[in-house]
Amino acid sequence: MAAVPLIRVVGLVRVFGAQRVLDGVDLDIAAGEAVALLGPNGAGKTTLLKIVATLLRPTRGTATVAGHDCVRDAESARAVLGVVGHGAHVYEDLTARENLAFWARLNGRPVGGDTLTDALADVDLDRHADARVRTFSAGMRRRLALARLGLTNPRVLLLDEPFAGLDQRARKWLEGRLEAFKAGGGALLMATHSFGRELGISDRLAILAGGRVTLDTPRAGLESQDVQRLYAAYTEEVS
Amino acid sequence: MIERRSKETLNALLFFSLALLLVFQFALGPDRERLASVLPGLLWLGFILSGVLGLGRAFLVERENDCWEALLLAPGDKSAIYLGKLVSSLALMALVEALMLGLFVVFFNVELGPALPGLALVIGLGTVGIAAVGTLFAAMTAQVRARELLFPVLLLPVLVPVLLGTVKATEALLLQEPLAAVAHWLKLLVAADVVYLAVGLLTFDVILEG
Repeated sequence: MAAVPLIRVVGLVRVFGAQRVLDGVDLDIAAGEAVALLGPNGAGKTTLLKIVATLLRPTRGTATVAGHDCVRDAESARAVLGVVGHGAHVYEDLTARENLAFWARLNGRPVGGDTLTDALADVDLDRHADARVRTFSAGMRRRLALARLGLTNPRVLLLDEPFAGLDQRARKWLEGRLEAFKAGGGALLMATHSFGRELGISDRLAILAGGRVTLDTPRAGLESQDVQRLYAAYTEEVS
Repeated sequence: MIERRSKETLNALLFFSLALLLVFQFALGPDRERLASVLPGLLWLGFILSGVLGLGRAFLVERENDCWEALLLAPGDKSAIYLGKLVSSLALMALVEALMLGLFVVFFNVELGPALPGLALVIGLGTVGIAAVGTLFAAMTAQVRARELLFPVLLLPVLVPVLLGTVKATEALLLQEPLAAVAHWLKLLVAADVVYLAVGLLTFDVILEG
């Protein structure tokens, strides 16, 4: 019997007013697999991520994370989720260390010893540990948001534009972390506009257009220009 | 910690309280008899208005950088978040109220004397009630566009029992009546506090989830 996918989305519909943003999305992501979710602006990528992240209720359909329903059993789903969305989830008037400590306590994680220093060093922010986040650049905030992932052991990662705003060094670091996460049996769903590094660590590409997954294909063997061609074909077809 | 560092709300409330007292002082003049009859109402009007201003900002910091989502994603009992917000709101309100009471004594030449312990009890009970329901409604309206309007419109009618109990008890205590004489108002305040706290703890999870 095949193992239950870590992320399973079946017939997902989400309506905002008169707008049907998601119109029957189906998607499975197995353990050790990374899927890059591509699509034009307003295609519903963030909406899909938010539903799987238990932050938004679907109008119809189901989403499950590690077998836990994202609506009826949201608490269990959250226990295995790691989410980095558009907002960095950081408080401007706290320092980087205080932000991490708050987040760790909120999630019942230990903050003693060198835990926080190590997590900050991991994203090259240890020199700025005691600086207020208000003084940080967008890339530094992003790195701080990613440092949170080092404090927990999620089985499922949901990332919205994970490489946006990162410098080359941070990109390389993140790439390594995501590869290690996959190798450890985690499932990864990334929403992106970019055809860059995200694609390098993806096992599959899913193109979301017109509220549906119009293409779900293995990435292996696809060059950047192939992806661009597919993207154009499968998004223009809908529009 | 954020408020202790930025002092944004505290500074605003202190200036607001001072401005309110100056307005009261100019409006009422030195007529002692008129002052004695309106003073309890004025005192609580000041407390309520500064409380509404402060509580209305309680969850605004969570809107920055989508911190609201981080709270939502945290596993475990969300009522702990309610209690944390309640305690920080209580601390802020207590600070502003203590200062406002001191300024009232100076501005209106009020003799508190032996009424002070009883008054402190009434203010404490009233503040818990205002903060308990205010924290809940602040969370409820934090994600709404017209929250500045909606928050006081929802909050003030629900606070009627607290206002009634505190103003009446304060009036009696300022007239140097014993605490036993206002026992029924104190019971009303305790009951209101218990109900507001229970509702806050039980419903905060649902409100946070939206």
